[in-house]
Amino acid sequence: MSIWEYANPVKFMRTSGAVLPWVVAGAAVCTVTGLVWGFSTPDDYRQGSTVKIVFLHVPAAMMAINIWVMMLVTSLIWLIRRHHVSALAAKAAAPIGAVMTVIGLITGAVWGQPMWGTWWEWDPRLTSFLILLLFYIGYIALWSAVEDPDSAADLTGVLCLVGSVFALLSRYAVFFWNQGLHQGASLSVQSGERMSAVYRYPLYLTMLGFGLLFLSLLLVRTRTEIRRRRLAALQAREMRA
Amino acid sequence: MIALLKRDLRLAIRAGGGFGLGVAFFLILCALVPFGVGPDTSALQPIAAGILWLGALLACLLSLDRIFALDHEDGSLDLLATSPLPLEGAVAVKALAHWITTGLPLIVAAPLFGILLHLPTAAIPSLLTSLLLGTPALSMLGAFGAAVTVGLRRGGLLLSLLVLPLYIPTLIFGTEMIRRGQEGGATATPLLFLAGITAGVLALVPFAAAAALRVNLR
Repeated sequence: MSIWEYANPVKFMRTSGAVLPWVVAGAAVCTVTGLVWGFSTPDDYRQGSTVKIVFLHVPAAMMAINIWVMMLVTSLIWLIRRHHVSALAAKAAAPIGAVMTVIGLITGAVWGQPMWGTWWEWDPRLTSFLILLLFYIGYIALWSAVEDPDSAADLTGVLCLVGSVFALLSRYAVFFWNQGLHQGASLSVQSGERMSAVYRYPLYLTMLGFGLLFLSLLLVRTRTEIRRRRLAALQAREMRA
Repeated sequence: MIALLKRDLRLAIRAGGGFGLGVAFFLILCALVPFGVGPDTSALQPIAAGILWLGALLACLLSLDRIFALDHEDGSLDLLATSPLPLEGAVAVKALAHWITTGLPLIVAAPLFGILLHLPTAAIPSLLTSLLLGTPALSMLGAFGAAVTVGLRRGGLLLSLLVLPLYIPTLIFGTEMIRRGQEGGATATPLLFLAGITAGVLALVPFAAAAALRVNLR
């Protein structure tokens, strides 16, 4: 029993089909409970009710970065071990990651307008998120531009590797270019810097919910990709016959 | 490798406009900016460094698809791939040829265009150094983008979408260096960062570009 067994599409389809309803239910419960709980917390004494956007902003931003890391890992698995499910998972994850990035940017803008007095500021964090969005768009565009699926997987895999290095490089280069308005880490292990428990626990729940939400969307999309691949194979076989 | 370099340079010159077109584009851009923002020194001077770098970047981008496309069409890229020269080396040489035909003329012309944009003469040494250090990275990254998109029919737009985000760090440190040179500050930090990025790119990106080319030639 090893994780590589799931590289077999049949095994993957069977297991993911069995797990999927539970993941979807978990995502729905965690996200809805977390958001309702979060939105019913008391107003912050300085930020008022705008503080509550954190329950959307932080999980989305967190997932936007984590999804890119997940794509990097699955691309590496594809390039090294040539497991098709891995490449398809990376393909399936990219649009979800792009949407998470957009959610992070929009909720940030909605919060920034009353708090900083501007929708947009060329702050390092905001800028690096915009750059991340550009990388997502380029990655998705390359997937849709290359016709042969294996070449597309190879090329996007290489792009993902190079893009990861440059996304990271840009992230630190923009600090050099402009000092920011954005606060530091929202969650910290040091108790003095942590936000109050009233906000923290619903935030943990929504973060878990967004993680499960991503997982369920990813499973659905990967299953769709596998089915699409099977259909193409069937059609190709029919053409040959 | 030297034979390949000579061949690429000769092709670029004889095909017409290899050296001139990038510079002409650069000149047009620098001539259009004052129409856009107004001719005042106070308006032009703060953005001159940025415009010069952006112009270099775009001029470089325009000629990128020619790095591999022509060789791919007439099949000489396949010959290169099967030749004893490693594909990584061929990619590096082609990027070098691209840099000599577009990057180098831009660097030579940049001080002149800097004067057009009211860039103070004190900033010209840092302008030259930053372009000299930064543009090889632009050519090399561009060769990577060209290698990824070489087999595609509508690769041009996709190429710029893929390559431009990769140019961000170089652009940041390049313009920062000119800005500091303009104000008479210490330029060592951005200079070192710029050189570091270029060195890293020159060392590692040929492998990624060659891998992409192998996929496209399969």
